[in-house]
Amino acid sequence: MNFQLYPMGDHALLLEFGKVIDSEIHQQIQKVTNVLDHSPPSWMIEYIPAFTTVTIIYKPTEILYKDACLELNKIVLNIEEHNEINQHIVPIPVCYGDEFGPDLEFVADVNNLTKEEVMNIHANGNYLVYMIGFSPGFPYIGGMSERIAAPRKKSPRLNIAAGSVGIAGKQTGIYSIDSPGGWQIIGRTPLRLFQIDKQKPAFLKAGDKIKFIPISRDEYHEWVNGQC
Amino acid sequence: MGEWTMLTVLKRGFFTTVQDQGRYGYQKDGVVVSGVLDDYAHRIANYLVGNCENSPTLEITLNGPQLQFHIDAIIAICGGNLSPSINGRPLPMWKSILIKKDTVISFGKCLAGARSYLAVSGGFHVPKVMKSASTYVRGKFGGVDGRTLQLNDKLTFGPIRKLNKRIFEKLTESTVANWSVPYQCIYSNKLIRVMKGRQYEKFTDISRTNFFKSPYTITTESDRMGYRLKGIPLALQRDEEMLSEAVTFGTIQITTDGQPIILLADRQTTGGYPKIAQVASVDFPSLAQMKPGDRIDFEFITIEKAQQLLRQRERYLQLMKTGICLKYS
Repeated sequence: MNFQLYPMGDHALLLEFGKVIDSEIHQQIQKVTNVLDHSPPSWMIEYIPAFTTVTIIYKPTEILYKDACLELNKIVLNIEEHNEINQHIVPIPVCYGDEFGPDLEFVADVNNLTKEEVMNIHANGNYLVYMIGFSPGFPYIGGMSERIAAPRKKSPRLNIAAGSVGIAGKQTGIYSIDSPGGWQIIGRTPLRLFQIDKQKPAFLKAGDKIKFIPISRDEYHEWVNGQC
Repeated sequence: MGEWTMLTVLKRGFFTTVQDQGRYGYQKDGVVVSGVLDDYAHRIANYLVGNCENSPTLEITLNGPQLQFHIDAIIAICGGNLSPSINGRPLPMWKSILIKKDTVISFGKCLAGARSYLAVSGGFHVPKVMKSASTYVRGKFGGVDGRTLQLNDKLTFGPIRKLNKRIFEKLTESTVANWSVPYQCIYSNKLIRVMKGRQYEKFTDISRTNFFKSPYTITTESDRMGYRLKGIPLALQRDEEMLSEAVTFGTIQITTDGQPIILLADRQTTGGYPKIAQVASVDFPSLAQMKPGDRIDFEFITIEKAQQLLRQRERYLQLMKTGICLKYS
């Protein structure tokens, strides 16, 4: 495996496997996190996987920076190549535009498309959940067409409703709880992506494949009522 | 009043939550860590009443609540000075204190710092969510129904340990311990030490200089998630969209408008803004005791030095823990 080690202050280390979103890199990260799950080092508090990185949070009272680097190097270099990948397709209903997608027009404008075209391109993509992060159950999703890419908002909004589907750069994602954020919001799903009372509180996990299904405003409300 | 009520909230105050040392182990599912902002004050308060260091305490922000005790209990208040008082008389901080049944504790003016930690023997008892008692208000879970304390909330305390009991017995004569913790004044006024962040080199020369040489002010758009700062805007050498990756307590991100955000306990697990710096763990308590309007100056520190200072702090805390244990043995 090809990787670089970087410090994140005095209590975290970051392993970087590349610079671009890529399913090969995603698989390498899955392998590293599998090893960390099965034999966690005693000095590790936990790890956080992302698109091209795994960050290890450690206890500086138990191990110093240089030793943690050495140990991590050893762990990653000893990983054997073996294949396991889950191919689970999860449908996600989305009501696009209007009050649910206030930035749909902006995304259309920066790409010289109509709102309908943005919607169709977004709904027809093949997507992979690369990581869960940013807030509880929030999936970072790869596979979006660059034709609907859009920059983040200049300053994050103070509150975005749970279920909002957004675009930031070449990424798309879904807000799992009400939270502040800088993504361009194009629609909303009635699904609840994070439920504390469920045994598995996060609806999606890294490695899931997803498909967006456009629904009408009426269908959205029916769905929400059906959930109660 | 329920059979098990040990404390009633008479006034809610500005922002009081139950916190322990945080909800670790679920960041891979995007679950926010939360936990106390000032771990130093939280731990000393717990030591003073004979608790484990992870026992839930009340984190009291700026304007404190009014609390009525329905049983005798040992308490300790550490951290920022929010003018605690007992039945109208000033209450000493950094001390073990015996509270009698029906006593009312209040808070007044914020004299120093921003957050007080109130520990009670046995710890505040709330249902654990994902192994932690910490309140995550934005996620609406943990602590008391995932929210700040409200008027008429009834709280209970956890089971009593041997040490809790010994302290209780020693204090039944005197009420207030005749000694207090010789706590090191660790809170710096405005100086915060930082290491370089992952994108530090990608900022312009002038931005890197300004970050260290010009002051930043904490704005009112600040909370347990992070402090938004205002000062000279900082810029990358060239615009680029960054892939989201992990952030931690003390990560300093620069948003697209050029202003820094220091991420704290309720931070998201990952973020996509460039990271200019990372606050040294040893300065987290100082950061926790700052408030909107306060000025911050950043100073560079190496990872090695930061870890050395943190280990010194840890030895001091362990010494204090042992000392308190011996005092009451």
